[in-house]
Amino acid sequence: MAVTATREEIESRVFTALEEFGAESDQINPDATFESLDIDSLDLVELAQIVEDEYGVQLKGEDMEDVKTVRQSVDLVMSKLA
Amino acid sequence: MTRSVVITGVGAVTPLGVGARTLHERWSAGVSGIEDGFGRASEFEPKDHLSTKEVRRSDRFTQLALAAAQEALEDAGWDGGAPYDPERAACVIGTGIGGIGTLENQHIVLREEGAERISPLSIPLLMANAASGVVAMKHNLRGQSFGTVSACAAGAHAIGQALRMIQNGEADAVVTGGAEAALADVAIAAFAAMGATSESGISRPFDARRDGFVMGEGAGALVLERADAAEERGAEPLAHLLGYAATSDAHHLTAPEPSGRGAARAMELALKDAGIAAEDVLYVNAHGTSTPLNDRAETNAIKTALGEELAAKIPVSSTKSAIGHLLGAAGAVEAIATLLALRDRIAPPTLNYGEPEDGLDLDYVPNEARPLQNGDVRAIGLSNAFGFGGHNAVLCLEAS
Repeated sequence: MAVTATREEIESRVFTALEEFGAESDQINPDATFESLDIDSLDLVELAQIVEDEYGVQLKGEDMEDVKTVRQSVDLVMSKLA
Repeated sequence: MTRSVVITGVGAVTPLGVGARTLHERWSAGVSGIEDGFGRASEFEPKDHLSTKEVRRSDRFTQLALAAAQEALEDAGWDGGAPYDPERAACVIGTGIGGIGTLENQHIVLREEGAERISPLSIPLLMANAASGVVAMKHNLRGQSFGTVSACAAGAHAIGQALRMIQNGEADAVVTGGAEAALADVAIAAFAAMGATSESGISRPFDARRDGFVMGEGAGALVLERADAAEERGAEPLAHLLGYAATSDAHHLTAPEPSGRGAARAMELALKDAGIAAEDVLYVNAHGTSTPLNDRAETNAIKTALGEELAAKIPVSSTKSAIGHLLGAAGAVEAIATLLALRDRIAPPTLNYGEPEDGLDLDYVPNEARPLQNGDVRAIGLSNAFGFGGHNAVLCLEAS
């Protein structure tokens, strides 16, 4: 069941998750690539679980394949919510 | 010609604190790390030693291994990276159980939240080889890397295997040891169900009142190097790893063979491998679990291996009296305890010893540390490790 959320809220939640995963907080911004943040596919599976818990949207493996930056991940959640 | 192998660094995290020397000093002073019937590594705060990412991506047993390995490598003077071709540096770290805390937590997630919520990190955290894999990754050790699995002998098997790798010319240096963090509800209940752990919560090896082992957690790490290579780079060896042997009781799933035959054979073969005689042994660090069966069988084994007369004279003590049973880490932590005891020429005590039992009549160094024979004699000791499954592994060390 999808819930409503603003772009800012989703971005903020993604930032917090990335920090919990061990990314340097001063490196986290919308344009940062996951590679540059040392965030790998195992982290992204966990990110998808968090997003599903928070916003009720399911991100499948194939959805995540082309997601390379923080902004793209937020875009993906937004598009699923729309 | 067999290559000589030295130990150039040691590290340990135990219920007595963080640091190999802390373990040695506190145990020698008669301090116990056991509280409320458990030997928790309560002074270990993962974030003091590891990055956020490392903490998140490792089970506690791997976290303990990482901290112990870091200390050992700094001790060996490897702070700036391995002084060897990384492809000639190996990593072997044993564990009894692996990441059982992760397994237990994820099973709760499975039952309460469903399969979709299981962490994708579950398997890489709980796998028994995680410690060796992660330590190798962190320190760029590109030779052989794997875990040894032989219950409470795993740490000693790892060190023995590391010794053979260098002797066989397969590696120039090996980061080795053992790690365990099994203070999880299911493991605590399971050891209790089989009657292996102490109801009194007191670890008193070789005492007539002993009623089982006290569970502990921790890790021990050692840096082994080819002696000539270590000398070439100007390293000061702490000890020579003179010999190693391992045998199997082939007797019972958990109980040791009562005569201690298999354990005795491991001790005898370790002495032979080291090229020394029983007379040369200055100290024996016993497996000494505080279980009724082990301490009797091990006493028999020591008598068989060293001969009754010598066995009566050589100090034998159990580290488990101070820290409990670290399972797969025990063999490594106790090898380190043996090494530091030999270097200081001191026999640390078997704590909580009060009531002798008929037939258990060795010199168990009750309650107070004692100086070892000094002077010109070589400081040689044995470290025993035995495990459920009938595994026996014995290391022979000489302080440099």
